[in-house]
Amino acid sequence: MVERTPILNFLTHVILFLGFVFCVAPFVIVVIAASHNLKDVNDVPMSLLPGSDFWINIKTAWTTADLGPKLFNSFIMAAGVAAGKVIISALTAFSIVYFRYPGRMLIFWLVFITLMLPLEVRIVPTYAVVANVLSPYQTILDLTGLSWLIEKISGVQVSLSLGLLNSYTGLILPLIATATGTFLYRQFFLTVPDELTEAARMDGAGAVRFFIDILLPLSRNNMAALGTIMFLWAWNQYLWPLLITTDQSHATAVTELKQLIPNVGGIPEWNIAMAGTLIVMLPPLVVVVVMQRWFVRGLIATEK
Amino acid sequence: MASITIRDVYKSYAKMQVVHGVNLDITSGEFVVILGPSGCGKSTLLRMIAGLEDISGGTIAIDGAIVNKLEPRERGCAMVFQNYALYPHMSVAQNIGYSLKVAGVPTAERTQRIQAVARILELEQLLDRKPMALSGGQRQRVAMGRAMIREPKVFLFDEPLSNLDAKLRVQMRSEIRKLHRRLSATSVFVTHDQVEAMTLADRLVVMNGGRVEQVGTPSEIYSRPASRFVATFVGAPAMNMLEGEVTLDGLSLLGGSRRLAVSRASLPVGSKVAVGIRPEAVRLVAPGTTGALNASVDLVEELGAGRVVYVDLDGAAFSVMTSEAVHPAPGSAVGLQFSEADLHFFSSETGSRLDVFKASVPVPAL
Amino acid sequence: MEKRVTFSRWSIGILFAVPQLILIFTFFYWPAGQAVYWSLTLQQPWGGGNIWVGLDNFRSILSNADYWKSITASLTFAAISTGLAMLIALVLATLTDRQLAGSRLYRVVLIWPYGIAAPALAMAFRFILAPEAGFMAVVNQVWPGFWDPGLDGTDAMASIIVAFSWKYVGYNFIFFLAALQAIPRSLIEAAAMDGSGVIRRFWDIQFPLITPTIFFLLVINITESFQDSFGIVDIMTSGGPANATNLMVYKIYSDGFKGLDYSGAAAQSIILMLLIIVLTIFQFRFIERRVHYR
Repeated sequence: MVERTPILNFLTHVILFLGFVFCVAPFVIVVIAASHNLKDVNDVPMSLLPGSDFWINIKTAWTTADLGPKLFNSFIMAAGVAAGKVIISALTAFSIVYFRYPGRMLIFWLVFITLMLPLEVRIVPTYAVVANVLSPYQTILDLTGLSWLIEKISGVQVSLSLGLLNSYTGLILPLIATATGTFLYRQFFLTVPDELTEAARMDGAGAVRFFIDILLPLSRNNMAALGTIMFLWAWNQYLWPLLITTDQSHATAVTELKQLIPNVGGIPEWNIAMAGTLIVMLPPLVVVVVMQRWFVRGLIATEK
Repeated sequence: MASITIRDVYKSYAKMQVVHGVNLDITSGEFVVILGPSGCGKSTLLRMIAGLEDISGGTIAIDGAIVNKLEPRERGCAMVFQNYALYPHMSVAQNIGYSLKVAGVPTAERTQRIQAVARILELEQLLDRKPMALSGGQRQRVAMGRAMIREPKVFLFDEPLSNLDAKLRVQMRSEIRKLHRRLSATSVFVTHDQVEAMTLADRLVVMNGGRVEQVGTPSEIYSRPASRFVATFVGAPAMNMLEGEVTLDGLSLLGGSRRLAVSRASLPVGSKVAVGIRPEAVRLVAPGTTGALNASVDLVEELGAGRVVYVDLDGAAFSVMTSEAVHPAPGSAVGLQFSEADLHFFSSETGSRLDVFKASVPVPAL
Repeated sequence: MEKRVTFSRWSIGILFAVPQLILIFTFFYWPAGQAVYWSLTLQQPWGGGNIWVGLDNFRSILSNADYWKSITASLTFAAISTGLAMLIALVLATLTDRQLAGSRLYRVVLIWPYGIAAPALAMAFRFILAPEAGFMAVVNQVWPGFWDPGLDGTDAMASIIVAFSWKYVGYNFIFFLAALQAIPRSLIEAAAMDGSGVIRRFWDIQFPLITPTIFFLLVINITESFQDSFGIVDIMTSGGPANATNLMVYKIYSDGFKGLDYSGAAAQSIILMLLIIVLTIFQFRFIERRVHYR
């Protein structure tokens, strides 16, 4: 717009630059702190010139918190959640958009309600379910008298038990059990022209064929956006992995950060802590930078 | 090639009935055009033949076999859609060959048939392109190719030309016609454009309000419209309609201000009729000429090859199409002359054609 | 909105929904129901089933001063961090929307913090705001004892607010910017032709048009401040000092898993669920009224 507002423009630049500093400074400080030795990092004020111990600190943090396997676990969890979400949400959305069976609206609402309650608020009973994922079914059998019946008839006592604590499945499945992606797909499916579906039917494609050959390829953008968002979201999960990975073998990188909080006694090893923090925050940061377009798109779309 | 037999077919949605008992026989190899205004049920009828809509009542048979319960793919129909409905993520070749892929035709045969179809439609250079990179006419041809490759018994066209610009539309029209001559497959073509309908059809089906108004060749429909609706819907500018009443010695028109001496037929005196005359059947003559109706000119529309003269006939709007180089000034008086053979009579109540007036007594006399 | 064209084989349709249904039954509805059941019963310490106690768990929770302190802390945290994060984001988004030189850079960079895990950024801020090292230590050198989140509840609360706001500025920024850019340029230009200046235009045109986004973000931020705060609290303060930052989710976690008081934790979960449901319903009422430009 042709408008002369030099003072306002100047202020705009100043404020935006301050905002920029506000956003970037913590990253910079983490990197610089991670490069100091123990003495320098505890200097007041800490020098903003990078030190020389960067790789040593990274290495120490890596071994102290055993980050190799933990990053691997994080990756498996995040990729699993992202893939699971991308697939299962697409299936569900296809079902509720492209069919007219009785009870469809019930399913729609059952899925919709899961949007309201995040995992964090129902964490305790979810934990109990994961400890024995078949317990809901056992209880149902018990309450309906079916287990009694089965025992009478076959003499076998029904005792369903499958613990998912300390397993990838246990990490991943509860994080998939929400509706976020379903509605993203639903919105998109509703914009796919009806004529494409009709053309596919005329070409002899049934529902499954249409879904695989036409609908999924058309949904690529949505899948990328949803996958990016879900990968980041899962990678950044903290409370859930913290609870169900009582055994170190399945702990994730984010939960391992706690190991790096400096002890109360002695000189705090902030340089190591910051090196570890850097390692843990780097993968999602790379994803955000590389997949920025999908990330922004997914963010805005999933919240609708 | 196949015949289609439609018997008492109707279609109703939750609250509305949109097709009311249609009967139609389409013979093998025929090119039938269903013409009607939007919302007349023509697309619904087509989609019922295709299997895309359930048939609420009646039967549709292809080659004698009732197809009501068959899936679209089992009916042997192919369809060309209004918006082409090309799969945007597939190349032209993949789009054309998709139905064969679904049917499990081996790749080698598929490629060969895609090539053959592409040759006919001159799409060979474009086989690797995506629909996005094609022009409107090319997309249209791909949509045709997709229908052709299955060698269907029946081609169904759902307003396939309405998204093209005027020039391309004329071109595609003749291509479709040529293609039909070559493949001579039974074709059903739905449109609201009468020029398209007239030029393409072996036989024309005019629909209105979910009913078939008339079935016939284009020239039959033009020269002997079966109802007032068909008379005014087919032909441009639309046929002039004058309201009249049967009197002892003929017809009184326009509330009695004009009289038409026609041989009175068996209709009782006082029956209301509508008299239709096509604008192109009227001659402009000097006002006061014997046997002519006097009118005053409202407006002249120049069309280049001819012109449409809109006149005022005692408050009723009336149009005349003439190719003569006359340019009457607005407000001037003219005479309108026509022969009785060009008059059409319709019942004012039912709208259906009345042939009871056909007579050879000289008219008009005022 | 509904599809006109659908497939007729119901069985296939239902089959497609089955995986999701099994998942949400097992990991959502069953646990949610379980939470209700537990909240109304008391578990025997060493097995032996649950005793029905009606609303006793809720009564004891609601008469517990610690719980009220947790609610107060949560609401304080929600109010201040949401206010901060949204205000800063709105200012930055509005200025970025002016599209002066460099605005592309801001659009890219300001989103980064949202990608970071709450515990990771909490760790960074724990260092940055540490009283003995880092940057607040400088202030402490000038005024000894001015800043110590380890001992002073207010300082601790301020720390987690800063950390949370830092993350959510980027998130809000994206939505504000998207909302601002959805406003047709012609509207702004028309206002300019009417003689309205930049600031006047903001208040008269842009701000009213993005109010739906403001409501939407308000709810999302508050809801997130209940959930996403867990990692920040756990790393930065562990709920201390003296429960000053013992936010609701953190208290559910510590009562349920450290105190093994399932019934109490379940009752707290139910209260939190109700709170979030009310907020969500509130949000849907406003989402209906989103501004459309066509």
